[in-house]
Amino acid sequence: MVQDGAAGVVRSTGVPRRGVPGLFSLALGAAAFALAFVARGPAAVLALAAGAAAGLELVEVHRVRSREALIGLGLGAAGLAVAVVATARKTLDLRFLRSQYLNIGALHGLGGSLARGAYNTLRLAIIGEIAGIVLGLLVALVVVSKRRWVRAPGIAYVDLFRGTPLLMQLSFIYLALPFVGIRLNVFTAGATGLALNSAAYVAEIFRAGIQSVERGQMEAARGLGMPYRAAMRYVIVPQAFRRVIPPLVNEFIALLKDSSLVSALGATVESRELLRVAHDAYAQTANATPFVAASLIYLLLTLPLTRVVNRLERGLRAAA
Amino acid sequence: MAVQDGANQADTTKVVELRRLHKRFGDLHVLKGIDLTLERHEVVCVIGPSGSGKSTLLRCVNLLEEPTEGEVLIDGVKINDSRIDIDRVRTRVGIVFQSFNLFPHLTTLRNVTLALEKVVGLTKADARSRADEGLERVGLVDKAAAYPSQLSGGQQQRVAIARALAMHPEVMLFDEVTSALDPELVKEVLDVMRGLASDGMTMLVVTHEMGFAREVGDRVIFMDDGLIVEQGPPSAIFGAPSHPRTREFLSRVL
Repeated sequence: MVQDGAAGVVRSTGVPRRGVPGLFSLALGAAAFALAFVARGPAAVLALAAGAAAGLELVEVHRVRSREALIGLGLGAAGLAVAVVATARKTLDLRFLRSQYLNIGALHGLGGSLARGAYNTLRLAIIGEIAGIVLGLLVALVVVSKRRWVRAPGIAYVDLFRGTPLLMQLSFIYLALPFVGIRLNVFTAGATGLALNSAAYVAEIFRAGIQSVERGQMEAARGLGMPYRAAMRYVIVPQAFRRVIPPLVNEFIALLKDSSLVSALGATVESRELLRVAHDAYAQTANATPFVAASLIYLLLTLPLTRVVNRLERGLRAAA
Repeated sequence: MAVQDGANQADTTKVVELRRLHKRFGDLHVLKGIDLTLERHEVVCVIGPSGSGKSTLLRCVNLLEEPTEGEVLIDGVKINDSRIDIDRVRTRVGIVFQSFNLFPHLTTLRNVTLALEKVVGLTKADARSRADEGLERVGLVDKAAAYPSQLSGGQQQRVAIARALAMHPEVMLFDEVTSALDPELVKEVLDVMRGLASDGMTMLVVTHEMGFAREVGDRVIFMDDGLIVEQGPPSAIFGAPSHPRTREFLSRVL
């Protein structure tokens, strides 16, 4: 960024760092903050949102990172928050909201079911991931073949499972396969569907990983007399595997969330996954708290993994 | 060591023979009819401007590039033939690349033993002792446990040479092996190659190192525009080049 000589004086955007736009944002933010205490109600919220948005645009689009602009943005946002809360207090019945969304009593006796649901959700995701990795790697190896007739079925597989909705695939396995004598219970049907579906995505992840390994690696292996398969097995795939660990964890997170679609198939009490448990509890009590609880459990499962992926990616970048 | 293996097939002294070799990449005609013979124990250096087809020529010898036309013979047997098991041929034709191409996920030792175990079928112990022999040759036994990323470019290239040598090839192909190295690391690699040459290894060396070609080459080939323009002993090529294009090239690089 640092430029030498005269060119460095004027920043590339041509917008002065301080001055009119920054002061404008500051004034706007202050006005919004003041307004929040004076004028209340939906109209004030709208005005304040506009104020905060204007400040944000100044900072982001025009890159006016002056102190005034940032303070203005902060004031605008704070005013907006104050206005929203004030309006909500006036127009909404908070006690009713709490009893509907954060009612610990509504979870009474639900702990075991939620735990069971979380367990089943995890099982669906883990089975889907492991089977997906095995099948997906096979599909990827087929797809990277030089021969078109070897590639074709792999590409067709990926197209089929990525191009149709997962819910339809699950429904087909559970509801349409019995006509040819394949009768699976909800959990098995769900795990099968998730595995077949994730295999298509995992195949694409592996394909990209395999193709990211430098061409010289295959040449060196073949140059030593290794047959194509051995070169893949001992040289290419191990290197590809390291690179695809972050996207594979991402795929696991996606799978964990997508397992909620299995709820649409209906289930026995033991085989319910998280969303089904929440749904059934809601159906009995007409209280939304089970959904909030289920959401928190989903977050509890996915957020640590998200952090792990970020760390892995940073590690890989450092190694590269 | 490689010489002993070669002795089994001593009925011919022509280790490598290329006949009317052509290579096209689409419309690009890279090799336009190459005839080349490599005698046992001979060191042949290929020089020429970039884009002249030197590397492609070298890579055709072990069929990393499939020739479009013509024949490649190793020990008198045509190898660009669908009935030939190219993987077996390649164990006898070692190749070293400009970009080293060590396997980054394996230690130095595993880099050398992998093909010995999986291709030659040696036991772990036998592969290990052969690898040690190869690493000793390039002076890197003490780096057996290191990963490629922990080695300098020169060391990586020497490991790559050891890896190829451990297969006990009859002929070694070197594809601009010092071009990717920092200047101060070039010598250690050339020294290893010098040692190989004086031990009688048959070598085909594509190089920009004119000093090496002059000193170590038994024969120097000048290539330009997909053809062998001129060839002969180094003294002739460097001392009294007969072709104007050779003279022009040498005047630019020397």
